[in-house]
Amino acid sequence: MIDLELNEKTEKVRANMKNLAKTLLRPISRKYDLAEHEYPKELDMFRSLPIMGKPKKKDPAAAAAAKAKKPADAEGGKIGANMSLVLSTEALCWGDAGLLLSLPNAGLGNAALIAVANDDQIARFGSKWIAMAITEPQSGSDSGSISTTAQLDGDHYVLNGEKIFVTCADRCDAVVVWATVDKSAGKAGVKSFIVEKGTPGFKLEKLEHKLGIRASDTGTFLLNNCRVPKENLLGNPEVVKQGTEGFKGVMKTFDNTRPLVASMANGIASAAVEFLKEQLEKAGYKLDYSKSVHNMSSVEKAYYRMEAEYEAMKLLTWRAAWMADNQQSNNLEASMAKAKSGRMATLITQECCDILGPVGFSRKQLAEKWMRDSKIMDIFEGTGQIQHLIVARNVLKLNSSELR
Amino acid sequence: MLDFSISKEQKMIKSEIAKLVKDLVIENAHDIDESGDIDPATIQAIWEMGISIASVPEEFGGFGDQSAPVDSTLILEELAYGDMAVAVAATLPSLFIQPLVMFGTPAQQKKYLPLYCSEKYKACTLAVNEPHFQFDVVSLKTTAVAKSGDYVLNGEKCFVPMARTAEHIMVAAACDGKNQLFIVESSNPGLHISDREKNLGLYGLESVEIKLVDCVVPASDRVGEANGCDFGQILQRTRVGLCAMATGICRASYEFARNYAKERIQFGEPIAHRQSVAFMIAEMAYEVDAIRLMTWQAASKLAAGKDATRESYLAKLYAGEKAMKICDYGVQVLGGHGYVRDYPMERFYRNSRGISILEAMATV
Ligand SMILES: Cc1cc2nc3c(=O)[nH]c(=O)nc-3n(C[C@H](O)[C@H](O)[C@H](O)COP(=O)(O)OP(=O)(O)OC[C@H]3O[C@@H](n4cnc5c(N)ncnc54)[C@H](O)[C@@H]3O)c2cc1C
Repeated sequence: MIDLELNEKTEKVRANMKNLAKTLLRPISRKYDLAEHEYPKELDMFRSLPIMGKPKKKDPAAAAAAKAKKPADAEGGKIGANMSLVLSTEALCWGDAGLLLSLPNAGLGNAALIAVANDDQIARFGSKWIAMAITEPQSGSDSGSISTTAQLDGDHYVLNGEKIFVTCADRCDAVVVWATVDKSAGKAGVKSFIVEKGTPGFKLEKLEHKLGIRASDTGTFLLNNCRVPKENLLGNPEVVKQGTEGFKGVMKTFDNTRPLVASMANGIASAAVEFLKEQLEKAGYKLDYSKSVHNMSSVEKAYYRMEAEYEAMKLLTWRAAWMADNQQSNNLEASMAKAKSGRMATLITQECCDILGPVGFSRKQLAEKWMRDSKIMDIFEGTGQIQHLIVARNVLKLNSSELR
Repeated sequence: MLDFSISKEQKMIKSEIAKLVKDLVIENAHDIDESGDIDPATIQAIWEMGISIASVPEEFGGFGDQSAPVDSTLILEELAYGDMAVAVAATLPSLFIQPLVMFGTPAQQKKYLPLYCSEKYKACTLAVNEPHFQFDVVSLKTTAVAKSGDYVLNGEKCFVPMARTAEHIMVAAACDGKNQLFIVESSNPGLHISDREKNLGLYGLESVEIKLVDCVVPASDRVGEANGCDFGQILQRTRVGLCAMATGICRASYEFARNYAKERIQFGEPIAHRQSVAFMIAEMAYEVDAIRLMTWQAASKLAAGKDATRESYLAKLYAGEKAMKICDYGVQVLGGHGYVRDYPMERFYRNSRGISILEAMATV
């Protein structure tokens, strides 16, 4: 039965996470914005926390039992790993999104590992910090067109290519690298491989200097005849020539990570909205939801609109995560959340600075930083345009050649 | 506890209303809008679903159900999906009944509720909006002043639905600086009812302006009598009601544009194949959902017996803005065909402007 109220226990967890963000992240937020690329050692205490979820042994019997326990039309729902992660991600990004992206052992590669790895791979890599390398100089949004190659040679795959914009490039222990085993097979030939740091032929080429999330280390890797054991391939090694099922499988990880990026955006947006409210109240504005919107200053109206947008972002995100927790396909809803939150967080933080005037332009406050940080949320994990494409194809029932 | 799924019972209510709307409203929505008349049989058929009287205690003719704000949003969405004028007209008595259920004294409940909890639909109405620039529902210009045991009302109201046929009009007026509700009989000599209003939207809904000139109302007809009512709580519920109707109009607009874009061929292929069209449709899709979720969030608060001032205020602000945007996109997707009255899109466009402007046109 529809009920969009969080229960007390969940509200408490939310408040605790926010408190953690307030005491641990906010105080070092500016420090690591300035000290670009430097590892925030204060985050070491998070190392043992399974932020991306606990790697579970893949026990087919248990999985089947769990599925059977939850028929599709069962009444009620539950808050599971996805909602919990969304709530804590938002709270921590209220603290600092760059630092959230720097949490040890919480790379996107970790999420991929948990989603698709076999028991052996979990045993070998489960406790490592794993980044994700899809993007190449010539392949951004069109991730199916990557040209990094993986050639089977005896017990090893030999990888060659260049990967750019890899989050956690410096600090991670290993990287999930996307490469094609058969260029002629198109998307079906794309596979992912775990490449450990220190593997010969695997080189961190450089780190980027960025607009925002400067605490996060974004870098380029070169793969030059880099040999990785055959067992490091994630998922099915077969190239299924018909269709793009294999590629769709890889893309499925994003149904879980898009709500996460949306919740990062929501966290930054909530920080901006909250800070603006404090400043307005200090200046004597009374923001008690009583005035008619046709009868107030433009500043007040802008504030209320930002708060309303935040609520919309939050609810679209929660829905996508909740659906994942309740075994409902959320491909559409995950992209809706990312499309909305990525864009609106950008606009909210821009407007926050605008309204604050000199306070919004000064580095004495964090508002200017949030404006820089939030912009990435409309870019990585699929740009806003790509999210709109996914939503539009889905609701219009068009394929990728009909709606390009 | 957080739950985004519709229960079996809710699904049932929703599909029952949807069927009625499909059979009686959608087919006729164009004619209703053009002629300005809603077939009384349609209103009666919707009335018989018992929406307005469900939460009235059985002793006064209701079903004695617990108030279910979330269910009400589902119903209002379906009705407004068909036509907003019909949604307002058919559920209008709720606006009169709900404040009495919440704040009426036993004597008031006994006197008025059985009158309207009957098998046959009988109009009764609520007058909140005022016909002037800078209208603010929180500080009304209509006043009620206590005078020798009575209240004397002065002021003007607009968008009062079906006041010409209603026997009782509940009027919102500022009384000692606080908004209060007063029941005015249609025969009251201080009550002056205008001819039918002509507005931007809601052509199908008969509404009027009323003037209150030294209109004397006995103290026993102030809702809640000496204690009065908490107008803020009533406003929370009417705002959620309006947002639910916004969801309905927007969904209708979105679905129509989506289907049209798939069929309309220009430059050799469906216009939906172009990003500039497809992206408008994508945005419409998630904004409809966003309005609905914000409506549900405020309704969930009310269902839990909590204060929903903030949630209902933000939801109305959001719905008002996005409804206009969604329906604007809708017209744009249809091009010139969106501009002519053969298609429903121009009607959605006109009606959607009401979401931000109007107050108290439906309630949960
Ligand atoms: C800080 C940072 C961290 C990152 N972390 C990672 C990471 O960990 N791992 C990883 O693999 N990648 C990562 N990325 C890469 C990121 O995912 C890509 O930058 C993103 O997918 C966009 O690709 P692009 O930059 O090549 O832009 P392009 O794909 O060249 O896009 C340029 C513009 O064209 C638009 N566009 C492209 N195609 C279409 C289309 N079909 N229809 C409409 N518009 C279109 C885009 O929306 C965009 O506005 C990161 C990037 C940054 C900046």
